[in-house]
Amino acid sequence: MAATTVGRRAGMRIPAWRAEIVVAGGAALFLAYLTVVPLAMLLLGAVSASGSALDFQFTTRYLERVVTDQASLELLANSLIYAGGAAALAFALGTAAAWAVERTNIPARSLWYGLALVPLIVPGIVHTVAWLFLLSPEIGWINAPLKTFFGFSLSVYSLPGMIWIEGLHTAPLAFVLMSAAFRAMDPSLEEAAAASRADAWKTFRRVTLPLLLPSVASVLLILFVRALEGFEVPAIIGVPGRIFVYTSRIYLSLKLYPPSFGLAAAYGLVLLAISIVGLVLHRRATRHAERYATVTGKGYRPRRLQLGRFRYVALGALGLYAFLAVVLPFLVLIYASLVRVYSVPSLESLRELTLSNYSFILEDELTRTAVFNSLILGLASATVVVAVTAVIAWITVRTRLPGRGALDFLAFVPITIPGIVLGISLIWVYFTIPIRIYGTLWILLVAYVTRYLPYGIRGTTSALVQIHRELEEAAGAAGARWWATFRYILIPLLRPALVGVWIYVFIISLRELGAGVLLYSSQSVVLAVRIFDLRDSGNYTSIAALSVFLIIVLVTLVSVLQRIGGRTIREA
Amino acid sequence: MTTLRVESLRKTFTAQRGAVRAVEDVSFTVEDARFFTLLGPSGCGKTTTLRCIAGLERPEAGTIRLDDDVLSGDGRFVPTHARDIGMVFQSYAIWPHMTVFENVAFPLRVSEHPPSRAETRRLVAEALVLVGLEGLEERPAPQLSGGQQQRLALARALVRKPKLLLLDEPLSNLDAKLRQRMRIELRELQRRLGITTVYVTHDQGEALFLSHRVAVMQNGRIVQEGRPRDLYASPASAFVADFVGDATFLPGEVVEGGVRALGGIVRCALSEALTPGAKALLVMRPERVLVRSAPAGLVNEFAGTLRVAAFLGDHLDCIVDVVGTELRARAHPTAELRREQRVWVELPPEHCLAIPDDGWRPRALARTFDDDET
Ligand SMILES: Nc1ncnc2c1ncn2[C@@H]1O[C@H](COP(=O)(O)OP(=O)(O)OP(=O)(O)O)[C@@H](O)[C@H]1O
Ligand SMILES: [Mg+2]
Repeated sequence: MAATTVGRRAGMRIPAWRAEIVVAGGAALFLAYLTVVPLAMLLLGAVSASGSALDFQFTTRYLERVVTDQASLELLANSLIYAGGAAALAFALGTAAAWAVERTNIPARSLWYGLALVPLIVPGIVHTVAWLFLLSPEIGWINAPLKTFFGFSLSVYSLPGMIWIEGLHTAPLAFVLMSAAFRAMDPSLEEAAAASRADAWKTFRRVTLPLLLPSVASVLLILFVRALEGFEVPAIIGVPGRIFVYTSRIYLSLKLYPPSFGLAAAYGLVLLAISIVGLVLHRRATRHAERYATVTGKGYRPRRLQLGRFRYVALGALGLYAFLAVVLPFLVLIYASLVRVYSVPSLESLRELTLSNYSFILEDELTRTAVFNSLILGLASATVVVAVTAVIAWITVRTRLPGRGALDFLAFVPITIPGIVLGISLIWVYFTIPIRIYGTLWILLVAYVTRYLPYGIRGTTSALVQIHRELEEAAGAAGARWWATFRYILIPLLRPALVGVWIYVFIISLRELGAGVLLYSSQSVVLAVRIFDLRDSGNYTSIAALSVFLIIVLVTLVSVLQRIGGRTIREA
Repeated sequence: MTTLRVESLRKTFTAQRGAVRAVEDVSFTVEDARFFTLLGPSGCGKTTTLRCIAGLERPEAGTIRLDDDVLSGDGRFVPTHARDIGMVFQSYAIWPHMTVFENVAFPLRVSEHPPSRAETRRLVAEALVLVGLEGLEERPAPQLSGGQQQRLALARALVRKPKLLLLDEPLSNLDAKLRQRMRIELRELQRRLGITTVYVTHDQGEALFLSHRVAVMQNGRIVQEGRPRDLYASPASAFVADFVGDATFLPGEVVEGGVRALGGIVRCALSEALTPGAKALLVMRPERVLVRSAPAGLVNEFAGTLRVAAFLGDHLDCIVDVVGTELRARAHPTAELRREQRVWVELPPEHCLAIPDDGWRPRALARTFDDDET
């Protein structure tokens, strides 16, 4: 290369670090708009005396009410019992299953991982409706025979009923997280205890348990926060049973006459506060866990407990759980979708099976709109989240810009915002600022993108950290400009991870209810919201049909996308 | 003709716990076709210096010139991709999603004026022959062995015939045997191509074997620069003496014609700085210390007790206790020496080097027994 070209090319180019600053600044503004603005509006909304957050006429009326009111104390108690109970149940079920699969010789181990995915895919509202069919006081599949033969029935419209349904649904999450914890634990630590002449019980108490404790705490907290944020069970079971928790209360503050946006915001603030406390504790628990450094990346081969005869008892127990969590709900939905009026199955009802529910949902204009909207929103939010978080991850991992940690933090903040709280915050934002998108798909897109940023940032950051920075630097040393480096080195190496994040966000966006339920209009209805709406009009058999349809679509999508994703991974 | 000139280079990192002066006032010149090595312990700033030359770090001060072009300094900074360099990274940085061919062809394909397909093919083949990887073009890069990946990284660095080759500890990830072989090949290749090269390593054996010139770095500064044999024979400080080769250090006071040590006077040549009364450090290379089981009546002969005589194949590694000072020595592998026996060591005056004592000492006895690799 001649001397002159070096000089000229160098002179013409903007220094790379200035471009970095521009991009990072843009990302910071974008994130602040998505996270800081709604939270600020929520705060203002909770203390605003008029309908607009920017009037700056303040009142403490709503805050006083949510803190001191007798009903509010009940609300707090209900929320804590409900979330705590659901977390405990899910944890107990999930951990027992994880232990059996990871540490014993139970048959068909890989099958359980596959099955655990199903409840994670099935939308919460579908699961809840299915259990309503099972436990409905008079005609539920479980309650009807109980009533006939034993003269009593289980009340689904109660706190235990709510805990049961929610716990059953989130147990697979506990299973996945706890099996990872079991797997990450180096069995040689336990073997070393055994070699120090500790018996099985002492080994468990002195070594296994303390090592697992951080994981236990963190998983419990995740489950707790998730149950607290959940909207499906509180709305569908809790409200008719007059058992209110924060999420349903926020919803009702807006839907009952007269709607009070201030009160909703104040409740939202309390819920946000509890959720933040939970997640801060979670962070502390996991930070602690890193000190133990039980994960070394080696594939451990743990000693498995030989269960002997109990092998099949354990298998039966797991099978029963799978039956209750997956098979039975699906069966009842199929049945309900094929009858005109839901009732206890009988020869009569079986004779009159009909496809009319399916033709109803296929012809229903709103349902079609919902399918279309859900797909559009899924595609758009997955794409935006992946693109934005990839850029942010690159800045935080690869550059030395001051304040890059704040970017990472901002992208992570929405993990603390329950969907319904985000909903009420966005209502305040778009009632206040003159961007008229309330009731359109745009506001839902904003909500979805905000909500899924944390998943995106976690996925892309961990992917980028694993790509040695010298791989990029080598491209520079080979003469590639940043665009060529990006295009030919970074993107191909990141692709499997990006595809994974994309698929994940796409799937969860199809299940989303909480963030959308306050923001939609008949133009921007989405699938989960459509189910919710049909329930309002008492059209349960159509709900069943739509649910079956949704489950089939989601399971098919996941398996197809996973195959595509899997292939990309293998290609790379 | 390519000459690299680095002048007064400085680079500071701001870490969480204050600033780290990684490179401080580093200057050197690499003449055309020379093999220049930066040698030093971990964290002394070698990699940072190399990365400044590559444009991967932006130095705060100093200039870097490649022939008449200023790469960095005088308010200019040429980005990495516009520098006419080839670089081999410590991790090799082989792109795992490409084949061998694609890896090597990449620098050609992204260049300002990409060569034609046929020409690319020819140039890649040429580079692969150079490093002995011909015939592996279509192999996915991750399927190569460690040694092959290393060669691939070298081929990729050489394919566009850069003016300057930069290598950051390219051999440190290989096992001992392969490292031996690769350093022979590397030396051959560099001498044959006559490419101006800057090499970074913490392995003194590698540095001495490969280089025309070596610069020893300590805490971000170059403390001595010279030909390998000069560095070895006349280190300027105890640090350099210790880092380049093995040595026993004998502290003592300078007297007329020698240094007071080992309970007597060790005769040696004295530089002008070492006037009688000054503190000096005698640097003794073990292979220059002779061990006998009977006195020969020569100058600088001292009686002692043999503490260790370890058989290492081509020599016996000995430690001799002379009035409480442990002196390292080498003896012929067939010598009949037994532990705790009385021996006489001879320190030939022409191999006794006295340097001013700056207070630096090797870390404990750590280096005493790790003489295996070089
Ligand atoms: N990106 C960075 N941020 C902060 N400090 C750094 C950075 N890179 C290097 N340093 C510090 O600068 C000093 C010199 O590092 P450098 O990598 O140049 O050492 P080295 O001589 O190559 O060592 P090694 O043999 O271990 O590779 C070290 O103290 C290191 O911790
Ligand atoms: Mg280094």
